[in-house]
Amino acid sequence: MSSMPKHPLDSLLRTDRIPHIWCPGCGIGTVFSSTLIAMKSSGVDLTKTALVSGIGCSGRGAGYVKLDSYHTTHGRAIPFATGMKLANPELTVVIFSGDGDLFAIGGNHFLHAARRNMDLTVICVNNFNYGMTGGQAAATTPQMAMTTTTPLGNPEPPFNLPLLAYASGATYVARWTMLHTRDLTRSIEEALGRRGFSFIEVLAPCPTGYGRRNRQKPIESLKLYQEKAIVRNGANPAEVTLDFKQGITLGKFVEYDRPTFSESYDRICRPLAS
Amino acid sequence: MKPAVLTGEHFFNGDAACAEGAIVAGCRFFAGYPITPATEIAEHLARRLPEVGGLFIQMEDEIAAMAAILGASCAGAKSMTATSGPGFSLMMENLGLGIVLEAPCVVVDVQRAGPSTGLPTQCAQGDMMQARWGSHGHYEIIALAPASPQEFFFQTVTAFNLSETYRLPVLIMADEVVGHLSERVVIPELSRMEIQSRPRPKGRKDRFKPFQPSLNGVAPMAHAGEGYMVHLTGLTHDERGYPSMNAQAHSEMVSRITEKIRRNLDKIIQVQRYRLEDADVALISYGISSRSSLAAVDEAREQGIKAGLLRLVTVWPFPEDAIRELAKQVKCLITVELNLGQIHLEVQRCAGGMAPAFLVGHAGGTIITPAQIVEKIAEVHNLV
Amino acid sequence: MKFWRIPLDTRGIVVSKGEVHIIEDRCKGCGYCIEYCPRNVLGPSERFNAKGYHPPAVKQPELCVNCHYCEAICPDFAIYSLGTTAQRPSVLPIH
Repeated sequence: MSSMPKHPLDSLLRTDRIPHIWCPGCGIGTVFSSTLIAMKSSGVDLTKTALVSGIGCSGRGAGYVKLDSYHTTHGRAIPFATGMKLANPELTVVIFSGDGDLFAIGGNHFLHAARRNMDLTVICVNNFNYGMTGGQAAATTPQMAMTTTTPLGNPEPPFNLPLLAYASGATYVARWTMLHTRDLTRSIEEALGRRGFSFIEVLAPCPTGYGRRNRQKPIESLKLYQEKAIVRNGANPAEVTLDFKQGITLGKFVEYDRPTFSESYDRICRPLAS
Repeated sequence: MKPAVLTGEHFFNGDAACAEGAIVAGCRFFAGYPITPATEIAEHLARRLPEVGGLFIQMEDEIAAMAAILGASCAGAKSMTATSGPGFSLMMENLGLGIVLEAPCVVVDVQRAGPSTGLPTQCAQGDMMQARWGSHGHYEIIALAPASPQEFFFQTVTAFNLSETYRLPVLIMADEVVGHLSERVVIPELSRMEIQSRPRPKGRKDRFKPFQPSLNGVAPMAHAGEGYMVHLTGLTHDERGYPSMNAQAHSEMVSRITEKIRRNLDKIIQVQRYRLEDADVALISYGISSRSSLAAVDEAREQGIKAGLLRLVTVWPFPEDAIRELAKQVKCLITVELNLGQIHLEVQRCAGGMAPAFLVGHAGGTIITPAQIVEKIAEVHNLV
Repeated sequence: MKFWRIPLDTRGIVVSKGEVHIIEDRCKGCGYCIEYCPRNVLGPSERFNAKGYHPPAVKQPELCVNCHYCEAICPDFAIYSLGTTAQRPSVLPIH
């Protein structure tokens, strides 16, 4: 089979571990693929790029990428990545994790890394539930949705992640779906090429955990993304609705520059060279 | 930049001595969170680390602090955090991560009275069993117990050396009194101190297996950004670092991380003996309680009782052989510690009935006085 | 695409062409590539791969324009396209 051309991303994959564990129709694989494409096209030094993840289906991404990759504890990818980046500022550190890992248990760490404008890129795969453990409600689960811990419908409203990110101080905030692969890839490229805390939320189907209980076959999820998506670049994060009936606002909402943690630390905390 | 090694005589407290010890050992990354009585370590390093080219960050909680020092370690830095009881509890999950990632780092617990918020400004030694078993799962850990600011300085250097040599988080179980006592601390010339660093890989990068041990049981460590493309996970993993989820692989992994300690006990364990050669009654103690014990030994001797002290410098791995030997030699053992019997349980276990084991201890809040210990010595000396 | 007259810049148009490759044993039969190929190049097949899924089949290979969308949307790294010689359309169907 050596004469068969390989998949263009095989050089970035631990091919001895493919096929991966994600379910048929799972959106994580597509987001992961877009991330790898963006890493290649962005021109970052891949030998100095580290991918850090937490626990969950999205967290398994770290195990499939052929880079320095770290599969850490639940919710703690961001502080781990912070330590890594600060110990070696030459690294490009990317966090690839899920909505539950980053915003429920990991919420506090997200807030502070955004506040500090840590030079990190956070890719959050939002599949609206905790998929790995069988489909429990998450902080992003739509109200009234069915999950295993909300068998009569979710009583809680979900987070507006772009608003949360913006309010905490993230300097690049975007939301796409895994269907919008090219926009997503371009956003990830931009995030990798800039300094500061970049956050990209990507909606993805979870047919086994969420879709199955909420009348969304995999193709139907994608069709929903297609029909309901409204791209509004520069929209006010407070107004970016995520409603499967009324509309899903996508786009690059926020992009501005302010000093990163390292820049401020070097300027303020280091004594002047004598 | 200011000098890293402040050779000379100083008068400062244990927390400051610990901070200077870390800098001497090569620590250039500290992530922490304020908590009495360890805050001074963070404060001291916040000022000193940038002076020596390092970086200090106050994280949002102790969980983040522990995660950050692991990340820094994986990127190549010698890193440390410092906390007390409540923060120590929070760090436990990531301590386990550090153990399976085999990430060198140092965690200081300046113990205060617990459980829970307890007595934040007052002394205890109640976290000793937590130091051994605080994280879930089965593992080995190294924990040292300083008894003075001078020792706190030296033990911080030792802790870094042990963590680098054996690739695991090493604990320093200090206590509020040792942390806040100000005493004379002498910092020697750097050339007179041994500083060790983690074993590094040789050979082809594409053939490197991050968890394949060398002859001493410890695998060389590759850092992020060096082109080794390592995958590290908290899931049970094989020598390539890949998740390997079966009982056989799990047994191998847990054996690897425990054996690297168990087969090097003679190089890790340190104890100090005081007037034990002809002793009838042996005190076993560590940390601030061992200072009171030292005085108690002398006082008991003046009263005609042949007392001696085995001071545990390394508390974990527990100096089992030293206790067994002692139990054969003396008439009774008395553990002196600021809790209601934690290391005492280990002493009892290792004594194995060869000598009766007693306890002088209370839940904390103040130190144990030499008089209290002498009283117990006299009491048990009459029994045996 | 049908035209009602020949566009004036016809000679300058170059249409990329591609060849679809399917790594059958990686496929999990989700059907995204089939659904979203803009040229309807792919279709379902009756074949089974090693895991029991039905990988797609290339039904109209000549229509592939190497847009890479199947490659981009596939969650399983199971399909990709490689560019072949680009073509200039010499004949355009006129309405």
